[in-house]
Amino acid sequence: MKHLLSTDGLDPATALAILDTADGLKKTLLGREVRKLPTLRGRTVITMFYENSTRTRVSFEIAGKWMSADVVNVSSGGSSVGKGESLRDTGLTLAAAGADCVIVRHPASGAAHRLAGWLAEAGTSVINAGDGTHEHPTQALLDAATLRDRLGGIDGRRVAIVGDVLHSRVARSNVHLLTALGAEVVLVAPPTLLPAGVENWPVQVSHELDAELPTLDAVMMLRVQAERMHGGFFPSAKEYSITYGLSEARARLLPEHAVVLHPGPMLRGMEIAPAVADSARAAITEQVANGVHVRMAVLYHLLAGEEDGS
Amino acid sequence: MASRDRDAADPAGQRELLSAGDVARTIARMAHQVIEKTALGASGASPVVLLGVPTRGGPLAERLAAKIAEFVDVRVPVGTLDVTLYRDDLRRKPTRPLGATALPPGGIDDALVILVDDVLFSGRTIRAALDALRDAGRPRAVQLAVLVDRGHRELPIRADYVGKNVPTARSEEVAVLLAEIDGHDAVLLRRPEESE
Repeated sequence: MKHLLSTDGLDPATALAILDTADGLKKTLLGREVRKLPTLRGRTVITMFYENSTRTRVSFEIAGKWMSADVVNVSSGGSSVGKGESLRDTGLTLAAAGADCVIVRHPASGAAHRLAGWLAEAGTSVINAGDGTHEHPTQALLDAATLRDRLGGIDGRRVAIVGDVLHSRVARSNVHLLTALGAEVVLVAPPTLLPAGVENWPVQVSHELDAELPTLDAVMMLRVQAERMHGGFFPSAKEYSITYGLSEARARLLPEHAVVLHPGPMLRGMEIAPAVADSARAAITEQVANGVHVRMAVLYHLLAGEEDGS
Repeated sequence: MASRDRDAADPAGQRELLSAGDVARTIARMAHQVIEKTALGASGASPVVLLGVPTRGGPLAERLAAKIAEFVDVRVPVGTLDVTLYRDDLRRKPTRPLGATALPPGGIDDALVILVDDVLFSGRTIRAALDALRDAGRPRAVQLAVLVDRGHRELPIRADYVGKNVPTARSEEVAVLLAEIDGHDAVLLRRPEESE
């Protein structure tokens, strides 16, 4: 495996191998004083973030450091990107400086794919840490890891993805990964927040959250991405919250075992009530913890084995 | 699953070094040696932990512990220690899946840890295991038990307990089969295909 650019087309065996590695890493590090493995000693990993991020950037940085890779962070603000350098030139510069892996977040959909093409000659691996409204594959993998922990598996489980599906790369990556792993996925959103062509996705679509809740093994709440919304996608925040927010009363409609996920950052009171976010069925902090192990596993699969050229 | 005749020459050029009965007797002898060398069961003896190196070190450690319990009625804690993340040859092979690491609930701090593996060859796996141990805790001392020592060491490492010393050519392969994983017990010596 050379790059991780999307979960679309990721074969289930590879996805499961990454999840198994993540689980092994988690068990290896459990209860240890020294959370450091020598596996990627001498490899250089550069994070290149053109969009704001707390958890994803920190999670990748910790993952790289716990594997003993040298991790360098580049953000658009403090770099030559601010002087007008193109993504291609910045990428080639980082590769020439010795990056074995570039982790990129970019506001344009497809940016990671383009970068992987430009860096092919240098042999640098690329991980997509979120490209526009397209994909965020490591988020989907950590969600899958969390569901596997909590539900004992993914095959045959019913998962709802609720809210701003239109602008959500998390939703796209999860739809591809969870359906590939055998889950039944239902998207619940107002028609204005569903992407064109959703009828061709391998999912069901619903506009009635209350009707779906009792049938679910997991519900994934999406953040309403106001920064990507130009125009009226719903009448008011309050109406959205009443119709599609996961309130305490709604959460009671879920089966006893059902899990609540949120990729973060959360807008408490908007798409999720604070009491639900802090309840025992919420796995939101587990998602963050699993994120580190999943990203360690991805780095392991990309950088630890012999070059396979694919 | 089928049991083999002891001296049956395999068309693939493999020879049986130890039969199922030999494997059982060898493990029993190693258990006696561990008891003698560590003074297990005597008062004042320091706690002993057996850590198997996956894959086949795991069941071997379990069997050693079972024999020790049979002989001196001491239940020695058993765990597994995966060394994949500590190997020095990761970049020479396709990505390897991880084995299981499961330390006993009491941990390994201040215990006499006995690493258990099936075959001792270059010593590189054991070097990786020593590095992994250092990150997992601080044992009082570390010893090594192997079912087969086939020579060709590349590092200054030796075993404290050896089931059987087998002179081998570097090109030959020693395969330890265990019922838990392979359906039956045996130790086989395989010749490289081109020599037959």
